[in-house]
Amino acid sequence: MKKIILSAVCSALLAPAAYAGKVVMEGSTTILPIAQKAAEVYMNKTPGSNITVRGGGSGVGISSIIDGTCDIANASRAIKQKELDNAVKKGRELKAHIIAMDGIVVVLHPSNEIQELSKEQVKNIFTGKTKNWKDVGGKDLKIVPVSRDSSSGTFEAFMEYALDKKRVRPDALVQASNQGIVNFVAQTPGAIGYIGIGYLSEKVKAVRYNGAEATKENVLKNKYSLARPLFMYTVPNPKGEVKAFLDFLKSPEGQKLVEEEGFIALKKN
Amino acid sequence: MAKKGEKIKEKLIEYFLFALSLASLVFLAGIVVTLFRESLPAFRDIGFFRMIAGRDWYPTYDPPDFGILPLIAGSFLVTLISILISVPLGLAGAVYISELAGKKEKAFLKPALELLSSIPSVVYGFWGMVFLAPFLQKHLELSTGYCALAAGIVLGIMSTPIIASLSEDALNYVPRAFKEASYALGANRWETVTRVIIPSAASGIITSVILGTGRAIGETMVVLMISGGSAILPQSFLEPVRPMTSAIAAEMGEAAFGTPHYHSLFAIALILFGITFVLNLAAEMIAKKFRLKLGASR
Repeated sequence: MKKIILSAVCSALLAPAAYAGKVVMEGSTTILPIAQKAAEVYMNKTPGSNITVRGGGSGVGISSIIDGTCDIANASRAIKQKELDNAVKKGRELKAHIIAMDGIVVVLHPSNEIQELSKEQVKNIFTGKTKNWKDVGGKDLKIVPVSRDSSSGTFEAFMEYALDKKRVRPDALVQASNQGIVNFVAQTPGAIGYIGIGYLSEKVKAVRYNGAEATKENVLKNKYSLARPLFMYTVPNPKGEVKAFLDFLKSPEGQKLVEEEGFIALKKN
Repeated sequence: MAKKGEKIKEKLIEYFLFALSLASLVFLAGIVVTLFRESLPAFRDIGFFRMIAGRDWYPTYDPPDFGILPLIAGSFLVTLISILISVPLGLAGAVYISELAGKKEKAFLKPALELLSSIPSVVYGFWGMVFLAPFLQKHLELSTGYCALAAGIVLGIMSTPIIASLSEDALNYVPRAFKEASYALGANRWETVTRVIIPSAASGIITSVILGTGRAIGETMVVLMISGGSAILPQSFLEPVRPMTSAIAAEMGEAAFGTPHYHSLFAIALILFGITFVLNLAAEMIAKKFRLKLGASR
């Protein structure tokens, strides 16, 4: 017992910001892997720190921080006007921190000669209006669209940015992971899928989307439209552990973790 | 005194075993209660018939659709294909091992069958992914090999050893006298097997078929890996499907706690449980009826 107290005191003394106690992060499942990884590494570096990470979705995170039940709200979208009104009503101000960029690449089988697809074409393919590659300038081959499970963050972003929230055709195949999509597309000549930019490999072919190549540079220069910033919302002047964690995440070390999880770091390391 | 001590010890052991046997009942009750409690909100908010008869499964859209008919259809289609494969194969195998195989063959075949049934399902699934699906895609000229047929074939292969092994046991239990009486009446081997031995073992055979079916309909890993995952009402067995089990497995991890999506997944689980429950009940009843009619009870 004594030992435990002693070690607790020691770690409290060693950790610069440990007095703040527990930090709770909640929100987007897209950001969840970054948040979890970063929290893990941060806690290892900072003895005595305690960060809890919860999913639930961007909306849940934002409403939690407005209600004061979490310290950091993870959101894969900007705050909505309705949520802002709600925050104002409750007398709470929020600050957005962009912590990473997320880019989605449309991929095809390597044998497919299509080089570029417009947003409209991709949308028509995934919603079921276009069913053959010859209708978008390819050979006479049935299109086999493959999508992600409807609760995946990549799916959510793709549906919102590429499909304008229209429904994916019900007979599209479904894979459970980015890697699953890569493997499926690699072995299916007529396939079209979409993956997080970090998962791009030589087994599949990335297409130019709406006139821009899917590269990290283009995402950072705002030239590639199938991309979005990832946010963490806090109170206007975060202090203590919350500030320390955000500083860590924005540091080169934190941004390296971002890249490792398949997202795009804010600046080139 | 010593005798009394012994008696108490025996009683204690008896109570202990009784408690253990109750445990399975407690677990079952716990599962049923949880399933009902978690799925009731779905039935209440979405509506039972709107769920059961709904043709669109779009649980995370705004507005969402929670039609699980495609999922039920997917489960039934892959199970049907698997039965079409596993029942003839399993039965033929059982008859061969039990009635025709020599002693040496038997000593080799039976353990091999049992080994086959102990292979983890993920291994079957993996085989389906790397071999069967590409094979079907190439030779049937499909746009993708991930379809109901691929999943059904693998499920059929998986449940064949269960059916074969249990049916073989049932055939073995048929009293020798039945066979001898049949031969004595001038029946040949074929007639004896088809008209005497198989009908006498019918209860065991039906039980094995039901257990095999239960394995197929409840199997998750294989269908998750190779059924394709599209929530559509399949027009043919070459189309991708999304059986109930794979929908639950794929979506439960990400469904936010307490949302209609979360509860609707429990509702699917409840329906799945209901189906297997009815299957088992039917098996029990059919088996009982056959036993009485033939007087082949042991």
